[in-house]
Amino acid sequence: MTLRDVLPHLGFLFALAVVPYLGVSGPTLNFLIAVLIVALAAQGWNVLGGFGGQYSFGHAAFFGSGAYATAILQVQLGWGAWVGLGASLVVGAIVGLAIGFLSFRAGLRGSYFALVTLAFAEVLRIVANAAGFTGGAAGLLIRLQPGFENLQFADRRHFYLLVLGFVGVALILSRWLERSRFGAHLVAVRENEEAAKALGVDTLRVKLGAIALSAAITACSGCLYAQYYLYIDANVAYGTWISVEALLAPIVGGIGTAFGPLVGALALHGVGEATKLLAGGRPGLDLVVFGGCLILAIAFAPRGIAGLAARVLQSRSAAREGR
Amino acid sequence: MLVVEGLTKRFAGLLAVNNASLSVAEGSITGLIGPNGAGKTTLFAMASGFLAPSAGRVLFTGEDITTEAPHRRARRGIARTFQIVKPFAGLSVRENIAVGAYLRHPQRAETLASATLIGERLGLGPQLDKPAASLTVAGRKRLEVARALATEPKLLLLDEVLAGLNPAEIRDILPLIRAIRDEGVTIFLIEHIMQAVMTLCETVHVLARGEIIAVGPPDMVCADPKVIEAYLGPGAAARLNAAEAPRA
Repeated sequence: MTLRDVLPHLGFLFALAVVPYLGVSGPTLNFLIAVLIVALAAQGWNVLGGFGGQYSFGHAAFFGSGAYATAILQVQLGWGAWVGLGASLVVGAIVGLAIGFLSFRAGLRGSYFALVTLAFAEVLRIVANAAGFTGGAAGLLIRLQPGFENLQFADRRHFYLLVLGFVGVALILSRWLERSRFGAHLVAVRENEEAAKALGVDTLRVKLGAIALSAAITACSGCLYAQYYLYIDANVAYGTWISVEALLAPIVGGIGTAFGPLVGALALHGVGEATKLLAGGRPGLDLVVFGGCLILAIAFAPRGIAGLAARVLQSRSAAREGR
Repeated sequence: MLVVEGLTKRFAGLLAVNNASLSVAEGSITGLIGPNGAGKTTLFAMASGFLAPSAGRVLFTGEDITTEAPHRRARRGIARTFQIVKPFAGLSVRENIAVGAYLRHPQRAETLASATLIGERLGLGPQLDKPAASLTVAGRKRLEVARALATEPKLLLLDEVLAGLNPAEIRDILPLIRAIRDEGVTIFLIEHIMQAVMTLCETVHVLARGEIIAVGPPDMVCADPKVIEAYLGPGAAARLNAAEAPRA
């Protein structure tokens, strides 16, 4: 992969990096940080679901494990936040490998895989709600101590940039998937597993690699969530909401593309927020709009916003050649 | 090159392949023919590792590979095509071939170059950037061969690559198969189209109801009463001979 391959991606990241310095209000910045955290979770989902075609309904399992890993280390054992961040990635990957090993070795795919991941996430939620070291139903509160060493920032813009940094890493990783042998193997597994095997692809290993990477990215998102709101409980960390968010964004933005999850998360939440503003106090209307967007995406743009953009670009260049 | 010894596959009550033994000589084009349901594809699936045999052994260049997974056999140099074609429908033709080429070329640039070359050679040049889903039946068959060839195999297992093609398309693809062999790739093929089998194969194995009933050069095998009866029913060989005798 050369610099030219990632130029548009770096440009996009740079544009996002400038946004907080354009005088945006506190609530807007808050909103953007929340969207980026969701986008990161969605980027993780997209590695396994988008590129690998293994649709997980339970990415909350990884999000929550990442969030709890850092929170437990900090609150119960007094470790530093940066160590917690590293631990989140490792724990996420391990949880991913474990779930992947159990389900892929049993040959589960399609809706069976989706249901099993959902079940794993629910089991983790119930355990986290009951166990002592997770704070039980009361959850865990990370002590407020602003400072770089504690991964807490008095200036929210710095936290925004931190999250954006991770989103950027995930974006470049996704781009690498589009251009590398591992990515080609992963896509081959999505398109036809038997044919991939015949061409020398070790499909089990490719899927395990993908779920580990996917889980680590989503766990990182969970860790940042805990770090930003400084409080988690089982229903937030292992809640179905994040499983749904993680798969909605890529589907709307462009499944299996590098930009998809990021664009999808920004678009969905942008529309959702706009609806909330326009609808005033009526609750739940943004969710109705979410559902509407999903239906529209599946019906008219099965390859999402990224696919739509590619089609427009293609027909434009075709028209130019025609002249 | 490929040796199959006493291969047996039992599906519950059905004996799909029964104690079949055969060998494919290095550098040859060897055929496997037989009536529908004889177990040809099952035998191929066991040779390529997609099915585990109930009994028997598979040897490749002298090594026992009976329990090896398909991807390991591919690395050893066994490539196969599927009778029911399995294109990566969402990818372009070039990307399809590239998946095979990545087996020997880890770098993207080399892989794409190799995929382009193989695609052009199989007459897919104009379609390289089109989605594989847009190909015709003949195009998909060619893609199956191109992908398998991209893995740079020593042994190519072709499962009915001519089925569904029209005579003109068959005429185009026959020299190609021979050219692939002339480059040193051993070819083992299942085929129903006898004209192709007669012109291509040096040795033909006949499988009927799971058992190998005849081996030899194609013209000899076709004259074998056992083979005629396997296709046309008991007594057919005698009736055919009787019908031809007065004329002679």
